[in-house]
Amino acid sequence: MSNLVTNAGHAHVDDHGHDDHHHDSGPITVYGFWLYLMTDCILFASIFAVYAVLVNNVAGGPSGHDIFELPYVLGETALLLFSSITYGFAMLAFYKGNKKGVLSWLGLTFLFGLGFIGMEINEFHLLISEGYGPHRSGFLSAFFTLVGTHGLHVSAGLLWMAVMMYQVNKHGLTNTNKTRLSCLSLFWHFLDVVWICVFTVVYLMGTL
Amino acid sequence: MFGKLSWDAVPFHEPIVMITIAMIALGGLALFAGITYFKKWTYLWTEWLTSVDHKKIGVMYVIVAMVMLLRGFADAIMMRTQLAMATEGSPGYLPPEHYDQIFTAHGVIMIIFMAMPFFTGLMNLALPLQIGARDVAYPFLNSLSFWLLVSGVVLINVSLGVGEFAKTGWVAYPPLSGLQYSPGVGVDYYIWALQLSGLGTTLTGVNFLATVLKMRAPGMKLMDMPIFTWTCTWANVLIVASFPILAATMALLSLDRYLDFHIFTNELGGNPMMYVNLFWAWGHPEVYILILPAFGIFSEVISTFTGKRLFGHHSMVYASGAISVLGFMVWLHHFFTMGSGASVNAFFGLATMLISIPTGVKLFNWLFTIYHGRLRMTSQVLWTLGFMVTFAIGGMTGVLLAIPGADFVLHNSLFVIAHFHNVIIGGAVFGYIAGFSFYFPKAFGFKLHEGWGKAAFWFWISGFFVAFMPLYALGFMGMTRRLNATTNPEWVPYLYVAMFGAIMIAVGIACQLIQLYVSVRDRKQNMCESGDPWNGHTLEWSTSSPPPFYNFAVIPTANTIDAFTEAKEDGTAYQQPKHYEPIHMPNNTATGVVMGALLTVFGFAMIWHIWWLAIVGLVGTIGYFIIHAARDDQGYMVPVETIERIEAEQHARLVAEKKIPANRVETSLEQA
Repeated sequence: MSNLVTNAGHAHVDDHGHDDHHHDSGPITVYGFWLYLMTDCILFASIFAVYAVLVNNVAGGPSGHDIFELPYVLGETALLLFSSITYGFAMLAFYKGNKKGVLSWLGLTFLFGLGFIGMEINEFHLLISEGYGPHRSGFLSAFFTLVGTHGLHVSAGLLWMAVMMYQVNKHGLTNTNKTRLSCLSLFWHFLDVVWICVFTVVYLMGTL
Repeated sequence: MFGKLSWDAVPFHEPIVMITIAMIALGGLALFAGITYFKKWTYLWTEWLTSVDHKKIGVMYVIVAMVMLLRGFADAIMMRTQLAMATEGSPGYLPPEHYDQIFTAHGVIMIIFMAMPFFTGLMNLALPLQIGARDVAYPFLNSLSFWLLVSGVVLINVSLGVGEFAKTGWVAYPPLSGLQYSPGVGVDYYIWALQLSGLGTTLTGVNFLATVLKMRAPGMKLMDMPIFTWTCTWANVLIVASFPILAATMALLSLDRYLDFHIFTNELGGNPMMYVNLFWAWGHPEVYILILPAFGIFSEVISTFTGKRLFGHHSMVYASGAISVLGFMVWLHHFFTMGSGASVNAFFGLATMLISIPTGVKLFNWLFTIYHGRLRMTSQVLWTLGFMVTFAIGGMTGVLLAIPGADFVLHNSLFVIAHFHNVIIGGAVFGYIAGFSFYFPKAFGFKLHEGWGKAAFWFWISGFFVAFMPLYALGFMGMTRRLNATTNPEWVPYLYVAMFGAIMIAVGIACQLIQLYVSVRDRKQNMCESGDPWNGHTLEWSTSSPPPFYNFAVIPTANTIDAFTEAKEDGTAYQQPKHYEPIHMPNNTATGVVMGALLTVFGFAMIWHIWWLAIVGLVGTIGYFIIHAARDDQGYMVPVETIERIEAEQHARLVAEKKIPANRVETSLEQA
């Protein structure tokens, strides 16, 4: 990796000066994406802190114990975790040069992710229709903010994934697509880790 | 259709605002006409606005910073004249709701839209050159960061003529900034200006961290990086770690204001003090983001103009690191009066005092660098010496405020105002101005006029003391901040003196503008295109001025802290290779400008609740980015002939200035 990095940074082009993709900036891009993820991590940390401060401010409304349904959330969690596994298979297919495999696994990942978002929207919809929307209390505001921020990230990931499926279908398994799928991979797994924290801090600690 | 926006939003009844807008409109029209008359639009678009060259982006950052300095200073002079007039029952000329917007805008502009772009601009200009790189890690991202800043600048300036700006102070504490007490669009302007420019700053932090960690010249160890690069790196660490907190805080405040959430509200379980904590968890690291790069500039200036290596280079790096880490552990000292209890206050008070130790290390390092050196008394050195005196005073008043008991008396008083202007003007701003004249020749190939530079320094520093020392006294006398009128006759003389000081600073700024004009007019007498006007130590001075767009025809190697000094001493400086190789460079792109424009539309639409337009702006931004990514621009190769032509010009300059012997040119040309 360090070798590639040197090439990208200093453009030693003797060996492959005529190649269209002589400038493999992939490793630097992935590195920068790691740094970006750290900033996202701090964003989530701030919102987790807010949730921790507000969790008991129910203002006469329901607490987590009253409204969370663990089995339902467990289903959501399973969808998201499985989507991480299928994404891993997509990357493995990429390394084997199997374009069809990449597309199918990405498609399956997309469906899992979509299912997760669908379940989350359904949960939000039920809560709001029962009068437990974010306007009800500080606790519910923080709950909708934290879970919603994660959901917004997953939705962004889904959009990105759709674009990538189109790109892979059109241009094949290029270096650029490899770099971008690697970044999306980091993003997707990162959202899984965040969700495990959400599941623990919000749902488990809220009901048990 | 247009949300809350109507003709009532334009303050026709306020003559001060309308005259200002008329002047801005006339100035803008003149600029527009000038560019059109000289047929410079294409040049401006292709060479600057769409540029991904870090040097040009750096110059644009500094231009924005200087324009915003004038805007922020206009606010300052209005406040000082108002306070000098509105005494003993007189209302002055600024009604409270206008005055409140002015002090809010002054703070936001000076921190976010003057100091931040000034530091970012200098970092853009110098850092890649200092580490021997051809550009930053992500050139397009760099352009996008700049245009996100411009989005924020546009929004805060639009607020002058369309609607209002926040009346909350630059910290915008709820519940005052909540919907109940600030139902207008002012706080929304504040939120979106900060949100957009803050995103740009976060991306800058990521970009420059990746640049220093991945793109240093061969042989350059981390600990051997030039000191300005190091202090910027610490600032970038702080940016990456703290700006997401600001983004989260602004987003949470938006949720309260737009969607009836109860995160920072007084009722239904919200917690306003949490905002104050979050704000300063970003806000305190932010002041170190401002000051650390200035420390780096002072270090470069002192070591360059004494002709010595910086004393204790490594200890300077560690001290900056210690300041960065401690800077994250002191946020509560901004609100000791919140009542967290003696133990918590004591912890944060002690942590605050600890910061003075690494800062003291730095001060002694500078003094020991001067010791036994031959200090050339240039304008940059004057700014540095002025800083050392001024900052020492500001640092001591800071330690005084760090004592919770003292803070209970001085909290919210003018003493606090005097303290932070003391460290920000006397620290950050002096540093940026020194850096401006230090790096100006690198960007443009000619030096700034020294006489006017020194005049600017003397007016600035004496004006600073005259303007702010009375504020320390007024703080002790009990005058609180953010008053638009006073009734205590004892305060009046001090307020007059402070206003006089502000006028002296205005003269200092005028000197700087004259300096720019005179320097450009007489540039032929101050040319230094061969690139090393100060006998510099580090790699940025080894290129021509301005440097070629690819920075280095051959990537330099660096085996020591002052790589260029060493090369000059052992005769390896300016060496030409036998033959050049093609260089890979990124293409310019309009994506940054277009995304910035679309996000400005999005921000404006969000402020005025024009939902359809907000959707257009956001979807347009994302869509345009996807199209940009699909193009997958791989850049281009600079042909060897171009490089040879540019390098031959530089060679001729070096020979003419006798920096290299003529015969070496002949051999290298033969070989080429």
